[in-house]
Amino acid sequence: MGLTLTWLSVIILLPLAGLFLKSLELSPEQFWNILSSRRTLNALRVSFGLAFAAACVNLVMGSIIVWALVRYRFPGRRLFDAIVDVPFALPTAVAGVALTALFAEKGWLGAPLAALGIKVAFTPVGIFVAMIFIGIPFVVRTVQPVLQDLDPEIEEAAGSLGASRWQTIIRVILPSLAPALLTGLALAFARAVGEYGSVIFIAGNLPNVSEIAPLLIVIRLSEFRCADATAIAAVMLVVSFVIIFAVNRLQRWAQNRVPAR
Amino acid sequence: MTMQIAEPVSLSQSAAKARAHAAAARNNLRTEPKAVRIAIIALAIVFLSVFIVLPLVLVFAQAFSKGILAYLAALAEPEALAAIKLTLVVATISVSLNLIFGLVAAWAIAKFEFTGKTFLITLIDLPFSVSPVISGLVFVLLFGAQGYFGGWLRDHDIQILFAVPGIALATTFVTFPFVARALIPLMQEQGTQEEEAAISLGASGLQTFFRVTLPNIKWGVLYGVLLCNARAMGEFGAVSVVSGHIRGETNTMPLLVEILYNEYQFVAAFAIASLLAMLALITLIAKTILERHLDEGHDINDD
Repeated sequence: MGLTLTWLSVIILLPLAGLFLKSLELSPEQFWNILSSRRTLNALRVSFGLAFAAACVNLVMGSIIVWALVRYRFPGRRLFDAIVDVPFALPTAVAGVALTALFAEKGWLGAPLAALGIKVAFTPVGIFVAMIFIGIPFVVRTVQPVLQDLDPEIEEAAGSLGASRWQTIIRVILPSLAPALLTGLALAFARAVGEYGSVIFIAGNLPNVSEIAPLLIVIRLSEFRCADATAIAAVMLVVSFVIIFAVNRLQRWAQNRVPAR
Repeated sequence: MTMQIAEPVSLSQSAAKARAHAAAARNNLRTEPKAVRIAIIALAIVFLSVFIVLPLVLVFAQAFSKGILAYLAALAEPEALAAIKLTLVVATISVSLNLIFGLVAAWAIAKFEFTGKTFLITLIDLPFSVSPVISGLVFVLLFGAQGYFGGWLRDHDIQILFAVPGIALATTFVTFPFVARALIPLMQEQGTQEEEAAISLGASGLQTFFRVTLPNIKWGVLYGVLLCNARAMGEFGAVSVVSGHIRGETNTMPLLVEILYNEYQFVAAFAIASLLAMLALITLIAKTILERHLDEGHDINDD
């Protein structure tokens, strides 16, 4: 027992504690100077802003996919169901080079988009696309089991009591799915914020424009500016903690609602 | 006789008809107009095809774009072989470490009550939500030249960073949750009754574990190991930070993909990438099969 706790602490807690100790070595002023530098602020803005936008797209598209997979029967349904997990399993570097080649100016999708005047690869739009790719399974896999287990009788009751289909979806189904939807959103967001491998290839990595925060950490580290890297990492780590905490609360909320149903 | 039989049959027929009618009516309440239905299915298929199927197909198309000979030649490069070997070594180390930790952690969480359990579960989940780059960074801060143990390691001439131990450590950290997460719900569901029975019948602790617990969770263990292995072989961010990119020595397969791609050796880059993509596909197929086994286990338990 005690052994488990010790092992866990050694392998997980010790490294993370090291990070915070290291960032405490900085004076608040230094810390603030690093974070408020233009390049850091822009990197954080790119990472968090685009991750949130991508998570929102994933929330909407994920819900549509879940609905199609759970409620409808169509040829290839099981195949597409399995395909949703590909971003989980595909190494991020592979996803990165594949998406870049796909959306590059001469790529399969890049060429027609370029003809329309839309440039995806090596712009912030590319980062956005990569973040959508890696986030989609999180929404689908959190919402899918909940929609599957949803009691059909409550929908029938709503329908037979005269609610239109749209009203049933908005007033009955959506509230039941809300905790799962929010959890999926939070998980997709957390993953997209920290994502590195699949984003750096397609991003173009122009400082202040398409440079993500994890990449800036790597750059600072390679310039031996450890303090800068640590400060940015500390901010991102705090955000991860907040997200985990929020997800745990959401899960508890969802569990407490079950008896009421 | 015949009359007596005929009557119930016709009755049950009309009952069945009525039931079918009711079911159809109920289904009507739970479905959308055909146009909406088709639109939703089409949206889902197009989205998944564009964002997931197309990149996957592209990896293989690019890898074989100069023919199968160029593909095989790219894989036979000494650098590629070194990367494949290193990836296998690192994955073996990380998966076996996490198998042991995961089993012990899941065992402790599922079978015992103790204070700080929620904290422990959060701790196990942590590597999932931390950026891989940060996972790598923490090891640089610990073992790097300016790190906490850096000086001591240099004095004793031990190389962790920019060498296999560092890569294995970072990979272990990142893949830690998989085995434990696969086992905790399974072991919690099974409870402690069977173990208690075994022990009260005179089995030792180890006997109980190997004869009772392990057979019960074998599919779960395989499932965890499978996902853990896929991530261990494909990990990029964390490994990239700690590896130092020494060609032929500390480059794993994903790192080699990056280097070759940046050198415009597209066939070679996508050849290595295709191996990793193949690994991902095999993992997914095996996962689907294992999930079926796990579901069957559930059904038996439910009865």
